[in-house]
Amino acid sequence: MVMLKKTSWFLIIAELLGGLVLLFIVAPLIGMIFSTTMPQIIETAKDKQATDSIWLTIGISITTTIIFGLFAVPLAYLLARKTFPLKRLVLGIIDMPIVIPHSAAGIAILGFISRDSLVGKTAGLFGLNFVGHPVGIAFAMAFVSIPFLINAARNGFEAVPERLEKAALNLGASNARVFFTISVPLAWRSIVSGIIMMFARGMSEFGAIVIIAYHPMVTPVLIYERFNSFGLSYARPVSLIFIAVCLVFFILMRWLSNYKKNA
Amino acid sequence: MLELKNISKNLKTFNLNDINFHVKEGEYFLLLGESGAGKSILLEIIAGLIKPDKGNIYIQGKDVTKEKIQQRAVGLVFQDYAIFPHLSVFDNIAYSLRPIKISHSEIQKSVHDIASQIGIAHLLKRNPNSLSGGELQRVALARTLILKPKCLLLDEPLSSLDTQLKKEIRSLLRTINKLGQTIIHVTHHYEEAIALANRIGVLENGTISQIGTPNEVFSHPKSAFIANFCGIANFYKGILYNDNINQPARFETNGISLYVSTNASKACGYIYIRNEDIVISNEKAQLSSRNELEGIIEDIEPLKEGFEIIVNIGIKITASITATAINELDLYMGKKVFLYIKATAIKFIC
Repeated sequence: MVMLKKTSWFLIIAELLGGLVLLFIVAPLIGMIFSTTMPQIIETAKDKQATDSIWLTIGISITTTIIFGLFAVPLAYLLARKTFPLKRLVLGIIDMPIVIPHSAAGIAILGFISRDSLVGKTAGLFGLNFVGHPVGIAFAMAFVSIPFLINAARNGFEAVPERLEKAALNLGASNARVFFTISVPLAWRSIVSGIIMMFARGMSEFGAIVIIAYHPMVTPVLIYERFNSFGLSYARPVSLIFIAVCLVFFILMRWLSNYKKNA
Repeated sequence: MLELKNISKNLKTFNLNDINFHVKEGEYFLLLGESGAGKSILLEIIAGLIKPDKGNIYIQGKDVTKEKIQQRAVGLVFQDYAIFPHLSVFDNIAYSLRPIKISHSEIQKSVHDIASQIGIAHLLKRNPNSLSGGELQRVALARTLILKPKCLLLDEPLSSLDTQLKKEIRSLLRTINKLGQTIIHVTHHYEEAIALANRIGVLENGTISQIGTPNEVFSHPKSAFIANFCGIANFYKGILYNDNINQPARFETNGISLYVSTNASKACGYIYIRNEDIVISNEKAQLSSRNELEGIIEDIEPLKEGFEIIVNIGIKITASITATAINELDLYMGKKVFLYIKATAIKFIC
């Protein structure tokens, strides 16, 4: 019996359109790779300002993710498990940083931490000024990236069957023990996904950070500055290196979360 | 040992109203009710996972209604076992012992002892994902029993097992009960009640409608719901006439008249006849039975033991018969037969 394979025009068109979208994402990156020479990359890799900036960006982003994660994960658990008045409003507030313009978010954060504010005045008592300081950058990164962790972790906790938590409670476990021994291990993959997203989003932030702190210079600000001062060819090598570093971290963290799953 | 007094809970889909029952020490108490009748909710209320709106729960005379889940010493085995998928069988069973300040070797010993008793000592290193339904059920039992609960609550423990496994787990539950463990078991299978229970409570429309031994409940169901629920196929609605003191009462349904032994006067109601109380004959016979009915065999269905014969006498009536009897009488579909039913075997419920 001969199988007739019908041609689906819809699928062909969908594949064609999908291919164009992929090309749209990949083409600029490939273009950047081909427009940058190896000596330029090596020279930039030796450039202390560029390397310091990359390490600073990674360092602040990791620290921000860890510290704010300690607050975000328990909040995600509460949002997944509890119902309370105005819960939808709270969920809307959490998503707000994703939709508001990041430069506007920067202005809002600046008002929150500037010397005139309560936070700024309190920090001033200890001789600290968050504006133009890594702590200010951390605030900006956290503001724009924390919804990614909260939402991913909330989805993860929601997927944990409540019966398992009830069974643990019935076996004499306290609420805290249930959280750490049942809920978190079972929601772990989603939490790690959220951590990766928060970390990556924080690292790539420009709009909010540039308003809080031009210096010390995180890499997105450095790229912008090199482009403004010296033009495209000077901004390209540092952009390429930064993208490569981001990808390495991204792949490494994905591999770690899968490794944990398969272990 | 365990007592529920006026427990009520208002839920969106149904209510539990004034639930009262008392379970004795070492008793196997079975709560029978349809799916969605609130049986599982009631178990969660006893375990302390859900707070009742009203009423009190007493365990060994102490009011535990407001006591924390962790302090009730009531072990609940969930319908789908709720085995922690990320922990080994050993760690699942040892879960409740970890926070207690006992040595590692004591934990090892306790887990091995209970696992041997339940017959899963060979599974301790296994991952739960690789276990069968029967094995998961045993792990869930071991994990709960290791805490030595005052009362073991079982939510439909046999529902998702095949026939052979059901037999094994039933036998295991009987053994656990014989060792003195008080058990409350909820189910919608009346066969489980017959096989296991010392007493049965019937949960109907959010309340307990009858409590008694299996024999009491199945021989004298207090309501149409219970009779129907208990799998009695011959269940008819009609009118009872009891106007002649020299004759048994007559019950008329769909143009068929049956003699019924009852003191009830004229009333609308139901009768039920247990399948095994119907005698089949190829010819007219001289028997003491007041009801002689003629009909045609419509269907013959094999059962686990014997056969079910459906005879149309104007209404469909189901009789149970052995394989030997079916051969001796040479019964087949379409054959004319006579049915004999004693008036005392027909129960009237109004």
